[in-house]
Amino acid sequence: MARVELQNVGLNYHTEAGEVVALKDVNLSVKDQEFVAIVGQSGCGKSTLLSLVSGLLTPSQGQVTIDGNQVQGTSKRIGYMLQQDYLFEWRSILDNALLGLEIAKERTPEAVDEVKEMLKAYGLAGFEHYYPSQLSGGMRQRVALIRTLAMKPDVLLLDEPFSALDYQNRLSVGEEVVKILRERKKTVIMVTHDIPEAVSMANRVVVMTPRPGTIRSIHSIKMCDEGLSPLQTREVPQFREYFGAIWKELNTDA
Amino acid sequence: MPNTTYSKEHQNYLRRRRLHVLLVRGAQLFLLLGFFVLWEVAASRGWINAFIFSQPTRIWAAMLRLAREGELWRHLGWTVWETVLGFSIGTVAGILIAILLWWSTFISKVMDPYIVVLNSVPKVALGPIFVVWLGTNITAVVAMAISVSIIVTIMMMHTGFKEVDSNQIKLVRTFGGTKGQVLRKVVIPASVPTMIAALKVNVGLSLVGTIVGEFLASKAGLGYLIIYGGQVFNMSLVMGSVLLLLAVSVVLYYGVTFLEEKVSRGRT
Repeated sequence: MARVELQNVGLNYHTEAGEVVALKDVNLSVKDQEFVAIVGQSGCGKSTLLSLVSGLLTPSQGQVTIDGNQVQGTSKRIGYMLQQDYLFEWRSILDNALLGLEIAKERTPEAVDEVKEMLKAYGLAGFEHYYPSQLSGGMRQRVALIRTLAMKPDVLLLDEPFSALDYQNRLSVGEEVVKILRERKKTVIMVTHDIPEAVSMANRVVVMTPRPGTIRSIHSIKMCDEGLSPLQTREVPQFREYFGAIWKELNTDA
Repeated sequence: MPNTTYSKEHQNYLRRRRLHVLLVRGAQLFLLLGFFVLWEVAASRGWINAFIFSQPTRIWAAMLRLAREGELWRHLGWTVWETVLGFSIGTVAGILIAILLWWSTFISKVMDPYIVVLNSVPKVALGPIFVVWLGTNITAVVAMAISVSIIVTIMMMHTGFKEVDSNQIKLVRTFGGTKGQVLRKVVIPASVPTMIAALKVNVGLSLVGTIVGEFLASKAGLGYLIIYGGQVFNMSLVMGSVLLLLAVSVVLYYGVTFLEEKVSRGRT
């Protein structure tokens, strides 16, 4: 059974100026432990799609299911990572990492120990009582990841999670994050406008059309299936072929 | 950092910086002392009328006499107490109302024109109304102080709440956070700098409210001393009270600054 399933999903935005069809007839099925990347021009409804899966928005048509159960409101099973780390400047690193657990009222001593272990495992030992402004961009992004993983979600939604980092960091943090997500056997849906990033990380790349957003094509990337890391994938000759094909689709009208 | 490793050029730079700071402080002190010395000399030489302008030594003597009688502390105490009371109640109530406006867009939209109008009314004009309603006592004075500070607090805090990064709120919502949790975990902590700014404005405003209140409705306080001194043409008393008022406002302002340093640790 598919872990995440979207059936004929559509979403309309209402403003006083009128009704905007943001998404239309989206059908997508994501398997357990699969990494699906969604690419498309800005404004094509990529982020809206994630909001629908996370339960922050309810679809106007169709339905979203996780393990066969319809999504109704936010759930602990789904983790969401935003464009930036959005660490709270007034909280220490440890308190930032514990934010989700605190909101779910699950900040138990065991949970705190677990988060401390995770900080240690991901190179943040000794930084528990620092404040976000004292950390580098890459470290901050790892704290944001730990904040999400602490909730033990099965499905992770990444909304351009590396776009705020400079190129060097984007590659290295991306490499790390993918390694961690594979180790922890997470199902991932990532939205990005960076085609190389999508091809290097995903099992499948979904190309979306401009508004109203709908799925144009789906590309299976064999390097990820073979277990290559994002940086290794970028070295493979076929990488350019995938890139070229997706690039062309994004730059020609349907 | 050991300064022995500094180059000669850097040591020169540091010396110039220190000299600059010293010069500024020196000039500030000179202005202050110069003002009082000139005042004193001008009054004793008869350049200005000491009866109307008073003079520093007379002010000092008048204040000293008042202090010995114990009256000075009573008046000072009243003013500080009324200001702190008005300031605290005005700030807390203002913040609570701002939270209500943040919570309900409907209420905030309905209240918007009323708040704008109330903000532009000179609150001092309400003084006589408070006196009639509440009597010539501390309640009227504190009401005056509250009325001067509360509307500004509401407006500043409500704007601050609305300017909180919507993505930080989204983050809390992705964790299933309720509106109350959004308020407690993001909106209020993110607005602490705005709160401090509001406190700084309110310290001054509450003092204005208190003094005006004391002008109208009290038997004690620095405002009372100023009015009384003016009526009996005791300018030393008036000037001394004004100088004391200056000192009170400085102390209160630095109190808030001290608070700011306490809470802003860890923030950028």
